[in-house]
Amino acid sequence: MYKSWWKILGAVLVMYSTIAGFLASVPPLPILHQSIRNLYFHVPMWFAMIVLFTISVVQSIKYLSSNNQINDSKAVQSVNAGIIFGILGLVTGAVWARFTWGQAWSFDVKQNFAAIAMLLYFAYLILRNAIDEEQKRAKISAIYNIFAFPMMVVLLFVLPRLSDSLHPGNGGNPGFNAYDLDSRMRMVFYPACLGWILIGYWIYTILFRVSALEKNK
Amino acid sequence: MQLIREVQFLIGKELLLEWRSKYALNGVVLYVVSTIFVCFLSFVSLRGVTWNALFWIIMLFASINTVSKSFLQESKGRQLYIYTVASPLALIISKTIYNVFLMLLVTLIALAFYTLVFDYVPEDMGLYLLATVLGSLSFSTIFTMISAIASKAGNGGMLMAILSFPVIIPVIVMLIKLTKNAVDGLDRSVSLDEIATLLIINVLVAAFSLLLFPYLWRD
Repeated sequence: MYKSWWKILGAVLVMYSTIAGFLASVPPLPILHQSIRNLYFHVPMWFAMIVLFTISVVQSIKYLSSNNQINDSKAVQSVNAGIIFGILGLVTGAVWARFTWGQAWSFDVKQNFAAIAMLLYFAYLILRNAIDEEQKRAKISAIYNIFAFPMMVVLLFVLPRLSDSLHPGNGGNPGFNAYDLDSRMRMVFYPACLGWILIGYWIYTILFRVSALEKNK
Repeated sequence: MQLIREVQFLIGKELLLEWRSKYALNGVVLYVVSTIFVCFLSFVSLRGVTWNALFWIIMLFASINTVSKSFLQESKGRQLYIYTVASPLALIISKTIYNVFLMLLVTLIALAFYTLVFDYVPEDMGLYLLATVLGSLSFSTIFTMISAIASKAGNGGMLMAILSFPVIIPVIVMLIKLTKNAVDGLDRSVSLDEIATLLIINVLVAAFSLLLFPYLWRD
């Protein structure tokens, strides 16, 4: 992945989705009104976060089988990049909730569990700070990372389905495809997801290279 | 076969050590009883949802204190000895089973005392008991693995709490939902979802513990 075409693609897609996201027409809907444009920013953040955390758990598994320090620093840098996207997802969600549900923190199950999933990864970073020895730190944090990943999956994908949520597609609310009869929004939404995932991956590679350079100094 | 014999032997060792000092069980029972008393004296009377939530919060802290001992308490020398005589799988299985028994005993004693002090019995006591069994099972499987991680990191109590709270929250949420159904005396078929989810979380955690512990144990 040292070629640059995917970086250009990511940048172009994000720029396209931002411009089209603010200017293209959206279906007129009650309550949501123009705030529906946040779909192009809020949802791709979560996709990018999940992709980055998956990269991290794969690198942790690789570390346990190879004991190569490079895999460890890849794992931690992808968690760092994933946390940025997780926080952005929470913030964009809170702004959206403020204008459609009335409160920034509406005690919605998905909001709560996403915040707890972030706590899991903060705990991972604190665990790393608690151990001084490099090899030991890499091994123990890789184990916690692999242990935490299925819990994050349960928190984000299983538990919210068991109770009512204010999010579309839950608790009797229609899913977003019901609002989007003429598929106009999809033309922006799918490129936005791909673009943000690519940008997330780009951020992660930069973070990793910076940490590698710092180590070699 | 070798594994089963090792597990039996290690559980026997844990029970023997416990029987000699009688520290863990008596200590945690006293801890739970005094916490319940403190809560009783501060709340005086509790009903329904609050009664239920308070019980699980008390049990959460009691179980963190009980289970975290399983690895944090072992001295370096004894760990090294066990490492040479038993396989890591046998060790984690035996610790988990021992903790399940310990937590089951503690939870049942605590529930009996809690209902006695607050003079309140949930509508569906059978379902509540099932929930406490599931609760002690999940607490022990999760906390045993986390305490192994925390003890290897060499930084006891605080790390244990930080690492385990985000992992235990889904379990607590499910348990409180399940026991709220029991408190309200809803039909048992309503609670099947929660029971299934708790079992799935348990199987998931147990599988990952068995897979990961050998890597953790090897120094």
